Amino acid sequence: MFPKPIEKSSRTWQISYQALLPFALIVWLLPLLAVANFSIKPEADFVNGNYWGLPSSFEAFSNYGKVFFESNMPKYLLNSLFITIPTVIGAVALSCMAGFALGIYKFKSNLPIFFIFIAGNFVPFQILMVPVRDMTISMNLYDTKTGLVLFHIAFQTGFCTLFMRNFIRALPFPLIEAARVEGIAEWRIFLYVVLPLMKPALAALAVLIFTFIWNDYFWAVVLTQGPSAQPVTAGITEFNSQFRAAYHLMSAGSIVAALPPVVMFFLMQKHFIAGLTLGAVK
Amino acid sequence: MSVSPAASSHHASTPQKGWYKRNEIAITPWLFLLPAIIFFTVYVIIPIGQSFWISFHQWDGLGEKTWIGTANYERLLGWGDQNMDRKFETSFWNNLRWLVLYLLAIPAGLFIALFLNQTVRGIRVYKSLFFFPFVISQVVVGLVFSWFYLPNDGLFDIITGWFGIDVKGGVLGNPNTATYGIIAAGLWPQTAYCMILYLTGLNAVDPEQVEAARLDGAKGHKMLWYVILPQLKPATFIAFVVTIIGALRSFDLISVMTNGGPFGSTRVLSFFMFEESLSEFGFRMGYGAAIAVVLFFLMLGFIGYFLYSMYRDEKGAR
Repeated sequence: MFPKPIEKSSRTWQISYQALLPFALIVWLLPLLAVANFSIKPEADFVNGNYWGLPSSFEAFSNYGKVFFESNMPKYLLNSLFITIPTVIGAVALSCMAGFALGIYKFKSNLPIFFIFIAGNFVPFQILMVPVRDMTISMNLYDTKTGLVLFHIAFQTGFCTLFMRNFIRALPFPLIEAARVEGIAEWRIFLYVVLPLMKPALAALAVLIFTFIWNDYFWAVVLTQGPSAQPVTAGITEFNSQFRAAYHLMSAGSIVAALPPVVMFFLMQKHFIAGLTLGAVK
Repeated sequence: MSVSPAASSHHASTPQKGWYKRNEIAITPWLFLLPAIIFFTVYVIIPIGQSFWISFHQWDGLGEKTWIGTANYERLLGWGDQNMDRKFETSFWNNLRWLVLYLLAIPAGLFIALFLNQTVRGIRVYKSLFFFPFVISQVVVGLVFSWFYLPNDGLFDIITGWFGIDVKGGVLGNPNTATYGIIAAGLWPQTAYCMILYLTGLNAVDPEQVEAARLDGAKGHKMLWYVILPQLKPATFIAFVVTIIGALRSFDLISVMTNGGPFGSTRVLSFFMFEESLSEFGFRMGYGAAIAVVLFFLMLGFIGYFLYSMYRDEKGAR
């Protein structure tokens, strides 16, 4: 193990390490702690210049209450949910199938197709922006959740296919051969042999895509414009112009907007990290 | 299309079946690929081509496109007797700053990973809390940092004030510091990502090699450089890929924190492109597309390298 395990070092270093940990953590998360602090302060604190000190009174209920009952925030949150969930389902479904095809079968254009998926995934968004926006408008899907969902599914399919294909590659191939010898149809092999083995990959991808899509801002701005379809990342800017310089409300709104992926992460930590670090170990 | 040997012999023994049954192994992958290929082609592959096409036109996004040849590129890059678009120049240099400084996330992430790679009580919670910034949307990160940088009232200004440093107009209000302020905000989640990559990598480091090196008297930075880092190469590669792509994709933070200002000093190509084609300044789609094409070629260099590395691994694996 590297660095040297702490238990094998001197007592003083052990104690100072234990003390250093929480200190380092607080410094690292200082920006977040500050926003959390902002969000429970009364407005008066900001007027009096008490930005970073302790709140003079505890106003969490009234601040968060305003976010939920006196703004479009709930609407934006719902939009985000209705954009994110279908995208996760769609992208995972498409990439399961594509990953199965690329991971199991040998055919000439297998690698070229695989590499086109990977390459597309790295492309700058801007080169897609004008045509995709134009197409979305001509399909009458501009400023709708469906328009965003369709694009997200398509774009995420690149990354998801890379992920799924590598996962399926690592499955024991004799299992599939055995099923073929039994004369099981190929689509049944996918459904009953491969899919059940893919559960960890499905979970990992689902949380990852959930986070990516929830946090997307660029496409939200390009393909939507009002509270009827905009997700919370884009809505927060409108929210902020409604409460200009009202830091206590803007920070409460930001926390609400950021929360769902955070919850997702802490609930599904193992899968999330397994997904993100895929390929980091050979 | 080659067919795997086990399956073909099986099918040879049962020839009297339908056309689909006989070609099942050759056709199935295409059926499975079809939906993904259709989506990807319509939304990713074709638009890339269309952007190239649009970049040779003058177009406001609504009316007719007018063919103007390479005029957009001439104006952008300053070919012929014109000067290079000043906005483009600023954006390009800022992109380079992003690229270089963003890479700091890799050593910083490694440093934190080494710091946290212990087995004391509660370390798991520490690791996930250190990773936490990565999960938060860049929009929120941008907002948080813009409050941190507030002139006079911001924590940054207060702390630097103790040392007698005063950034005129606040970090984000000063054209000399604004870009660096934004990059610092971007480094925060990016470092967290690199950290988690290295933590996973360190977990898989071969303990026997480490012990052997230790017996040979290796320790500290020598051990890190000659024994540990070579084993972390896959993690470093991924960290490199995501950091480069992240640096060139930077948009959210700039849009939220400064909106390109002050005086356009924080523009990068991705933001500049958005501004030209979709903002109150007008809908110059053709010009925007030309910027996107330049950005695309810039990225293509990196993408080519990444794909080449992956291709080599792929070949090695067979």
